[in-house]
Amino acid sequence: MAFAAFASTTAPTTDAPARRRSKVALLLLLPGILYLVLFFLAPLVSLILTSLQAPSEFGDIGMYSYAFRWENYAAVIEQYWPHILRSFGYALIATVLALAFSYPLAYFIGVTARRWPLLQSLMLVLVIAPFFISFLLRTLAWKQILSDESFLVTSLKAVSLLAPDAHLTGTAFSVIFGLTYNFIPFMTLPLYTTLERLDLRYLEAGNDLYASGFHTFRTVTLPLSMPGIVAGTLLTFIPAAGDYINASRDFLGGADTQMIGNVIEANFLVLLNYPAAAALSLILMTVILVIVGVYVKRAGTEELL
Amino acid sequence: MVTGAFADRGADLELVGIQKRFPGFTAIEHLDLVIPAGSFFALLGPSGCGKTTTLRLVAGLEEPTDGRILIGGKDVTTQKAYQRPVNTVFQSYALFPHMTVLENVAFGLRRRKITDARSLAHEALRLVELDHLAARRPGQLSGGQQQRVALARAIVNRPALLLLDEPLGALDLKLRRQMQLELKSIQEDVGLTFLHVTHDQEEAMTMADTIAVMNKGRIEQLGAPEQLYDLPKTAFVANFLGQSNLFTGPVLGETSTSITVDVAGRGIVVPKARSHRHAGDVTIGVRPEKLTLHRENPVADSSHNVMGPGRVRDVSFTGVSTQYLVAVPGIGTLVVFEQNRSFGPVEGEGDEVWLTWNVEHGFGLDDDPADWETKFVADTSTKSIAAQRRATLVTELEEA
Amino acid sequence: MTRISFGKWLLPLYAALALIFLMVPIVYTFIFSFNDSLKSNITWRGFTLDKWLHVCAVQNGAVCQAFGNSLVIGLVATVIATTLGTMIAIALVRYRFKFRSATSLLLFLPMATPEVVLGAGLAAQFLSLGVPKDMLTIILAHTMFCISFVVVTVKARVAGLDPALEEAGRDLYGSPGQVFARITFPLLLPGILAAALLSFALSFDDFIITNFNSGAVTTFPKYIYISASRGIPAEANVIASAVFILALVLVVTAQVSSAARAKRQAGLG
Repeated sequence: MAFAAFASTTAPTTDAPARRRSKVALLLLLPGILYLVLFFLAPLVSLILTSLQAPSEFGDIGMYSYAFRWENYAAVIEQYWPHILRSFGYALIATVLALAFSYPLAYFIGVTARRWPLLQSLMLVLVIAPFFISFLLRTLAWKQILSDESFLVTSLKAVSLLAPDAHLTGTAFSVIFGLTYNFIPFMTLPLYTTLERLDLRYLEAGNDLYASGFHTFRTVTLPLSMPGIVAGTLLTFIPAAGDYINASRDFLGGADTQMIGNVIEANFLVLLNYPAAAALSLILMTVILVIVGVYVKRAGTEELL
Repeated sequence: MVTGAFADRGADLELVGIQKRFPGFTAIEHLDLVIPAGSFFALLGPSGCGKTTTLRLVAGLEEPTDGRILIGGKDVTTQKAYQRPVNTVFQSYALFPHMTVLENVAFGLRRRKITDARSLAHEALRLVELDHLAARRPGQLSGGQQQRVALARAIVNRPALLLLDEPLGALDLKLRRQMQLELKSIQEDVGLTFLHVTHDQEEAMTMADTIAVMNKGRIEQLGAPEQLYDLPKTAFVANFLGQSNLFTGPVLGETSTSITVDVAGRGIVVPKARSHRHAGDVTIGVRPEKLTLHRENPVADSSHNVMGPGRVRDVSFTGVSTQYLVAVPGIGTLVVFEQNRSFGPVEGEGDEVWLTWNVEHGFGLDDDPADWETKFVADTSTKSIAAQRRATLVTELEEA
Repeated sequence: MTRISFGKWLLPLYAALALIFLMVPIVYTFIFSFNDSLKSNITWRGFTLDKWLHVCAVQNGAVCQAFGNSLVIGLVATVIATTLGTMIAIALVRYRFKFRSATSLLLFLPMATPEVVLGAGLAAQFLSLGVPKDMLTIILAHTMFCISFVVVTVKARVAGLDPALEEAGRDLYGSPGQVFARITFPLLLPGILAAALLSFALSFDDFIITNFNSGAVTTFPKYIYISASRGIPAEANVIASAVFILALVLVVTAQVSSAARAKRQAGLG
């Protein structure tokens, strides 16, 4: 599945006996590559150009002309640094929580349940089932379940587990909760893929060589499932950092939980401040690429096979 | 827990009344076995006979349904795999792919908190002549090298008992021979108790001091390789260790030293000392290489049994010897191996021949011929399967 | 002994609870599709089948209109992305060419870029070129982010395809076209279908990129987003639940039948 995407870039490329008929290869590649150049690379270039634009001298709101206003970057960082920090903080916490939630689940499906293939595949269906229902409706459902009038919150207040004036929605808790929930399948599936292929004979060998269950897990199982952990954390962290549904005020967020995605959306679609939105987008992308690069390189050369 | 101390010599292994059931089938019915310290013991049998299960029970990777396991007189039945003074060379080697060769070998020592793990691991690698590859990953080694690393990883711990689970199965013939000799000499050097599981009779015979032939969760016969080959106790052993020509018939008479068995109207003599049963219906046999072919009816002689005339149905030249299939009316098809002392096969297809063998070379089985059919399971050696197939084809052709 | 059996049950118990947790909002959405709600669908007002029977009645059929748009966009984007992506996947596995790593990077980047950046970038481009935003711009955007996922999915299948099969086809007098049509394509079909399903699902559920490039056009997720502040009609729950059940039935049927097939084959072998 697509969730192997990140793992496959770190795996050794197979130098199968590929034939050299570059004409055919070119014909096969050209349409798709051209498409990506036009609708992925070119937009990135226009994003860069837009981020440097200055307001038109005699224009209306939303009218900009090409310039080299580097100050745009300084301005958005100065104005939005709490949102930028918050985005990466929330995404990091959600990724760690999703990993802690998913690893035992993926281990059970991929290792313990191996003897019952039907049960295994049905559990996998349940893991991806949230994909089948709209992302937004899922999040709204949580909003209602966590709302002040909900059964859950009123009962928590009744048994004094929650202060009488406390809220669950509109807080950092609910945003991180929503991010975690929504990206759990992205974490569980790659973990499942590596754990499912884990050769149990390595665990037996560990046991045979005087390592207890815990030691075997730490020295054998965990390192061997690194590809899944890397892929899962990336597939969770990247969309979580750029998400703006969960943090939106109509969903699980509040005034103090706005993330970078929310300000990009507001600047682009509401305030029509395109340079600011573009600058913020590029900052987000650059930080993510740097993090991904460092992470994959570290995990790839030291822990991966 | 296992202490940091090494076993200075091998320990006895004792299996008492072991039974192992899995959901749906019984892998081991009832097993009693004593393997003395310092021996090289082989469990030999076809796949599914329970030999690997036995090994895994000893390693602690499976729990017995019933019975006890003692190592060096100490009951280890309830101990976990990592608590037992036992190490395994796995069939797949199971070398940790994310660690270097050295880290693999030092793994067990580090778990047992032994201080100079590194230097001991290097020493073990020198023993298997792979110290120069210590920094490599297992994936970068050849099959033979991986096997040696797996061996080093196990013996570096100086276990009281070393378990070998068909470790040579993945190697090609030449490497296999080389590794067999190496294993044997390492065992003599370090003086540990080796328990080797294999389906390869030749491997078991060249390496082990004692072989236990297993079939359907039970031990059929136990003894030195020569003894098992020379005097098989059951039809299964007679056909799993090499090939045999078996005949069944009632005992006609006996002297103080031998019995005479009626095989399709012919009296065949077997020494009493070489026969497990002395009365009633018995199954007797003789190895193919013990038979001699004759063009003419040989002169009767009390020291030899004679069979024939029969017709040569098939001749296959195998280099060192020639294998003949001879159909004898009323008895069936016999297999004969003749050394190629002269140039090429001596007899041709369709020739009429007689067979003789020295009375001292026959043997009598312990099997009751009444349940002979149910006990005799097809042998897994491809060579004899081919021979049997050919034999049935020949009889079918004859009938047609 | 009790400690051991407790440990034995801990993991299955956890897995069961975790899966139940994942189902909570789905069950909630499903239950509230039967709510006899008025304008917003927040408090339970009683059971009714009305919303299922008259899905398109509310707001002059705005929900159904949005759903229809999503279907059309999903189908068109899937067809284009699957075609282009499959071609790239075959080229990547079967041929050697210059700029190979550059191509791989170009395919990897869209997956490593947050959707908000993809959406804003395209919107900035359409803006500077003066392209009006409508169905077409949404389709162009969806096709773009689906291609990479198609390539990854199909590539795995092509890599698992023994080149000797194609060589055998050529050896048995098949022209390159015939070999592709009769050998390569049928063998790749399961992978291509999986890729198409994945890309339809991605397109159908996408909101972030759509929001930047849709102008006045409303897709199903966008409809929910817009309505979120003033209350979502239960009809939206009906459509989402119906889609969910359909997808679940499809996947479970496929899983069960493939498991049964595997069992049959194991029985034969």
